[in-house]
Amino acid sequence: MARLVVPSLSVRNARIAFDGHLVAERLSLEIPAERTTCLLGRSGIGKTSLLRYLAGLLPGTTRAAPLAYMAQQDRLLPWLSALDNVLLGYRLRGDEAARRKAEPRARALLAEVGLGDRLNDLPRTLSGGMRQRAALARTLCEDRPVILMDEPFAHLDAVTRLDLQDLAVRLLAGRTAVLVTHDPLEALRVAHEVRILQGAPFTVGPAILPPGAAPRDPADPELLALQARLIGELRGSGPGDLP
Amino acid sequence: MRPLLTALGLAAAWELLVWLTGVPSYILPPPSRIAAVLADRWDLLLDQALWTGAEMLMGFALGLVLGAALAIVFAASAGWRRWALPLVIASQAVPVIAVAPLLVLWLGYGMASKVVMAALVIFFPVVSSLYDGLRRTDEGWLELAHTMDAPPRAILLQIRLPAALPAFASGARIAAAVAPIGAVIGEWVGASAGLGYLMTQQLARGQTPLAFAALFVLCLLGIGLYAVTDRVLRRLVPWQSFQGD
Repeated sequence: MARLVVPSLSVRNARIAFDGHLVAERLSLEIPAERTTCLLGRSGIGKTSLLRYLAGLLPGTTRAAPLAYMAQQDRLLPWLSALDNVLLGYRLRGDEAARRKAEPRARALLAEVGLGDRLNDLPRTLSGGMRQRAALARTLCEDRPVILMDEPFAHLDAVTRLDLQDLAVRLLAGRTAVLVTHDPLEALRVAHEVRILQGAPFTVGPAILPPGAAPRDPADPELLALQARLIGELRGSGPGDLP
Repeated sequence: MRPLLTALGLAAAWELLVWLTGVPSYILPPPSRIAAVLADRWDLLLDQALWTGAEMLMGFALGLVLGAALAIVFAASAGWRRWALPLVIASQAVPVIAVAPLLVLWLGYGMASKVVMAALVIFFPVVSSLYDGLRRTDEGWLELAHTMDAPPRAILLQIRLPAALPAFASGARIAAAVAPIGAVIGEWVGASAGLGYLMTQQLARGQTPLAFAALFVLCLLGIGLYAVTDRVLRRLVPWQSFQGD
């Protein structure tokens, strides 16, 4: 697989607003290349806005590099099978050769997320968790140097979540990934760097580097101690839902 | 099955009403009389039904194709939207019935004027429903396509158009229901064949039962067109589930 240049992402002195609502001001942030960074914060704090800023999806923003973006909603097209949904990017770009080349990978990805026997099923026949897994497969199938994911494991049961975190760690290796989550343990399992967002407008805390290689054992005492610390910091930040 | 029973009940009440009041048959014929005429003159009615049915079908097809094409052009091009869309909307202020004599004048007593008439009636619900659908694409899908570097053409054809199909289907159902109106108005104004033509002819001669029989066949045609359209659309848009099915 010919690797593209994998860039770092940087935010410099940014002002981020959502629906006329100030989310962050004079924000500066460096996201290291070829690393997975988790943005951790309470609901409503502006994590999604920051991710959309990085994706160039907010008005007046542009993206830094080709990327794959996974939203909280699965955004599967209801008229396409699971397999065709995973290959959507290749279909839209109209590159038939690239699509044919990507198809085995799409099938393998769907098998890895547990949908190997549902390739030709329409999304409405899939459960919420299955749909999210299909969306994850679609995001990873895009094969982009930068991957932005917004709570990609939110609708999964506990065991599937651990499995897919392992899968994500494996497939995100060598790419610049930003993963938004409100689950401290999830952040600590998969990230090279964890950043805590708090306040309104929010500020980004210093990088926290969990020890060892991801995916980390969720029962590791060191990790659990770190989790307790993160929860303490999040709690100290007050209810994030308030504007 | 149930609607059929309802219809039978209504027919029985009608029969009873005529029998009780003694209305002459040239004012209101009883269903039994209409049924007798249907059985007696079925070859004539079938001929006229084929004629009107052909007008309806061709007008339906023409209206659907033109309407869909224009909706897509409007969705794709801001220029067309600005220059021509207000005109299309304003054209709906012109009463179709007023246009019918002109169409007959220009296109003659044959089938062409009726086909155009039906297409005119159908055109607007198709344009407006499909154009509306094309404008209401889920933001999330557009965003996804944008991050995937999809060209505008692919976004239109592969996302906005399929996403608009349920809206188009609503318009096409209305179109199927009003297609007979266009064809029959055209026949009333001036024709040499068809069920509408037969009705005006027979009413003028006091042959009301035959006119009613023609009306009955016309209803069957309309219901048939609607039912077939509905079935085809359901197959075309299988991801849309209907409540109450």
